[in-house]
Amino acid sequence: MRVFAPPSMSLRFVPVWRRNLLVWRKLAIPSILGNLADPLIYVLGLGYGLGSMLPQVGGVSYVAFLAAGMVCSSTMNSATFEAMYSAFSRMHVQRTWDAIMNAPVDLDDVVLAELVWAASKSVLSGVAILAVVWLLGLSHSALAFWVLALLPLIGLAFGALALAVTAMARSYDFFMYYFTLLITPMSLLCGVFFPVEQLPPAFQAIAAFLPLTHAVAIARPLLLGNIPADVALHVLVLLAYAAAGFYAATILFRRRLLK
Amino acid sequence: MAVLAAHNLHKSYDGEEVVAGVSFGIAPGECFGLLGPNGAGKTTTLRLCLGLTDPDGGSVELMQRPVPGEARPARARVGVVPQIDNLDPDFTVSENLLVYGRYFGLAERAIRERIPELLEFAGLTARAKSRIQTLSGGMKRRLTLARALINDPDLIFMDEPTTGLDPQARHLIWERLKQLLAAGKTIVLTTHFMEEAERLCARLAIMDRGRFITEGSPRELILRHIEPHVIEVHGDGVTEWADGEAGGLATRLEKSGDTVFCYAADPAPLLASLSRRTELRYLHRPADLEDVFLKMTGRELRD
Repeated sequence: MRVFAPPSMSLRFVPVWRRNLLVWRKLAIPSILGNLADPLIYVLGLGYGLGSMLPQVGGVSYVAFLAAGMVCSSTMNSATFEAMYSAFSRMHVQRTWDAIMNAPVDLDDVVLAELVWAASKSVLSGVAILAVVWLLGLSHSALAFWVLALLPLIGLAFGALALAVTAMARSYDFFMYYFTLLITPMSLLCGVFFPVEQLPPAFQAIAAFLPLTHAVAIARPLLLGNIPADVALHVLVLLAYAAAGFYAATILFRRRLLK
Repeated sequence: MAVLAAHNLHKSYDGEEVVAGVSFGIAPGECFGLLGPNGAGKTTTLRLCLGLTDPDGGSVELMQRPVPGEARPARARVGVVPQIDNLDPDFTVSENLLVYGRYFGLAERAIRERIPELLEFAGLTARAKSRIQTLSGGMKRRLTLARALINDPDLIFMDEPTTGLDPQARHLIWERLKQLLAAGKTIVLTTHFMEEAERLCARLAIMDRGRFITEGSPRELILRHIEPHVIEVHGDGVTEWADGEAGGLATRLEKSGDTVFCYAADPAPLLASLSRRTELRYLHRPADLEDVFLKMTGRELRD
């Protein structure tokens, strides 16, 4: 079997992506509200509540500091949820993938469609939070528009990693491990709630390897009106996670479904 | 020119050979039945033919294309009705057809033009906007069949198309399959309903433990493998009767639970014997495909 062959990339993924879009369109409003609720609670609760007791963080108010972290972690969470719970439902519970693969669409096309879809949906979440950040007046710089280009990268990186987890899952319970062992620690270690520099050096070293750190490192300066340092490095790390995660997911799905 | 040809297919899972040297060819317009108990390797054979898994040995040509190498373009001319219902639960009846047509790369307009005739064919015109959850089992099967026809395929694979349906729904599916055959389509059908195979298939193969154990038309198989008369006997003392008197009168006897199946070319001596044993009840009938199937694959349960 061609288990280790590179993923075949073609536009055949588009109809599968459109299928997911059509489902989403039926539930778009509750879906967007759901995406907004969680990060909004953090921004309002932590940002204004906790923030009112804090001095300035990195030269700005805590809530303005937190905004970039929330944009990145919401995008991460949205891509992760879509590529785990929703993709698993389509693959394993509804057998939608089986139906698609009886048509002239290959497994690689389906996996690519799921990745691009997870990224698309996460971009919507990120944009929704960004809109709130602007409405609350937490960002004044036109540089913030560049975050729109960052969001798809975050979505692709975390969507790809989550798909690799989905390929190994036997049930929904399995996803808890990924949240407990990776997503939650990342939310705490990667500069979402406080600067990475506050961590002990060993944790800073770990954080340097985690994708969310690099997403926040680009988003925060942009929202605060500065040009980020080492953009190329951060972008490359995110691209590397996306590529490695997608390749791993492709191999694992082939082993699972084409045997 | 065969629309499907398999040569010496082999496939193993965890050291167990699920498909163990299967070869066959299917001509255009034919309805070919693949019969076998659960776990015989039928579904794996279909998956190999569609290029959904790679064989450990042997080769497949589907629509004159090598599979799995050119499985994708080959599948463009093929329709599949899978065993497990996998209609899209988030969509209505007609959205299911629309979305499925897009997977074939068909033009949006062409699909939308085709949907009404497919709904008509499936008897679902009135349900075009219904959600899948509101459909009965028979309606879902008909929709799955309509979905398999969205690309106007030359060859249709059907994996146990009527399993779990009531007789009315089953007869309607059979009716539709006959229409498709009359329209020149080729059908490959797996089933464990002998009646279905006898009604629809011009040619069939019985598969067991990964191999084709016999092949031919339903009539040929009955003539070749089984005595023409069957007498099913049950009642108190049937074992004693079978072990004694009946042994010399039937060509072959099979016991299953408290019923004895007597197979014979000439039923008269058996019937004469039974007329003297009023405590025994019996049913005299011509041999059918199910008798062939049970003779070839045994009566023990398969799980």
